Amino acid sequence: MSEVYGSWWWPYVMILVAGFLATECWRWIGVFASGKLREDSLLFAWVRAVATALIAGIIARLVLFPEGVLGDVPVWLRLAAVAGGVVGYKLLNDRLMAGIITAEFVLIGGWAFLI
Amino acid sequence: MTSSDMDIDEGEDPSEFEGGAYWFRQGAKGAFCLPTLILMMAFVGFTSLAREVGLTLTEVLLMSLFMWALPSIVVLTGAMSAGAGLIPAAIAVALSAVRLMPMTVALMPVLRDEKRTKTWHMLIVSHFVAVTAWVFAMRNLPSMPRAARLPFFAGFGSTVHFVVLCSTALSYIVLPAVEGPIAAGLVLLTPIYFMFSMYQASRTSGDRAALILGLILGPVFYHFFPGADLLLTGFVGGTVAFAGWLFATRRAEL
Repeated sequence: MSEVYGSWWWPYVMILVAGFLATECWRWIGVFASGKLREDSLLFAWVRAVATALIAGIIARLVLFPEGVLGDVPVWLRLAAVAGGVVGYKLLNDRLMAGIITAEFVLIGGWAFLI
Repeated sequence: MTSSDMDIDEGEDPSEFEGGAYWFRQGAKGAFCLPTLILMMAFVGFTSLAREVGLTLTEVLLMSLFMWALPSIVVLTGAMSAGAGLIPAAIAVALSAVRLMPMTVALMPVLRDEKRTKTWHMLIVSHFVAVTAWVFAMRNLPSMPRAARLPFFAGFGSTVHFVVLCSTALSYIVLPAVEGPIAAGLVLLTPIYFMFSMYQASRTSGDRAALILGLILGPVFYHFFPGADLLLTGFVGGTVAFAGWLFATRRAEL
């Protein structure tokens, strides 16, 4: 990729500007925007709900429209893995590890079976 | 680094400093937990992708160190491998990182210890805001004394960051390219882990409604408004969930 723009320092400019500044600025804006916001206020509950829905949107995007190798897995198998994870999570009393292992088992097992 | 900050700032009150150093260490100990392990595995998945598209070890480590948000790192990797220009890449990354803003806004009131907390402390620890640390903090900090929260979070965040950087470097150097089902499994780790840990961190039925609405609205908005989909999902999903929760719990008062 660095040969595209030639110089050796180009990737570092990319990382500093398109990477560091483009992500870190949101954290700084967040610090200033939080101002005097109180933990027990309704505004705080709303901001938390927005943050939660945003992350949920990322989760859905990572599963349904993934880049790279996960995209080679059929979409029904990806959804089956997520569903299996939820079942495993609920069956074993809301245990994080149970959900993750079940989902991975369905995905890896299912795909290995298909190949 | 934050423990020495404490030294300077609260030097006039030695017991406070003691407390700060103690909670920083507690936070560092708390970093050796399942979420860190999962994050390490997710970064192993990323190094495999990064090597595939030809990123060097230095580039991988700088991205991890300076950005510290895996979905945005993946977006930048994609932009760099596609030879995108600086501005388009910056816009794509900034859009994927918008979520850090409401996350930070939601975390700061939990971290803040009234007037004792200085803004530049908050700016430094805000770097650790990413899903793993956020979920951990939202779950564990509210039960701690106010003075303990910032040093604990700084200890937790910096230790997780350091450990993940080390494991990322190690996996880039040592591990052969992961392929097939195992590689797909590593990539799936991030969303699956995000989903369950968000669910566990939810405090109210409103939070859970926001999670479910976001999962449903995300793909819909992605289809109709690509680019603005995450922001829309956050605002629409979050607001509807919040309004529903408010209506359900405060019906008597309204």
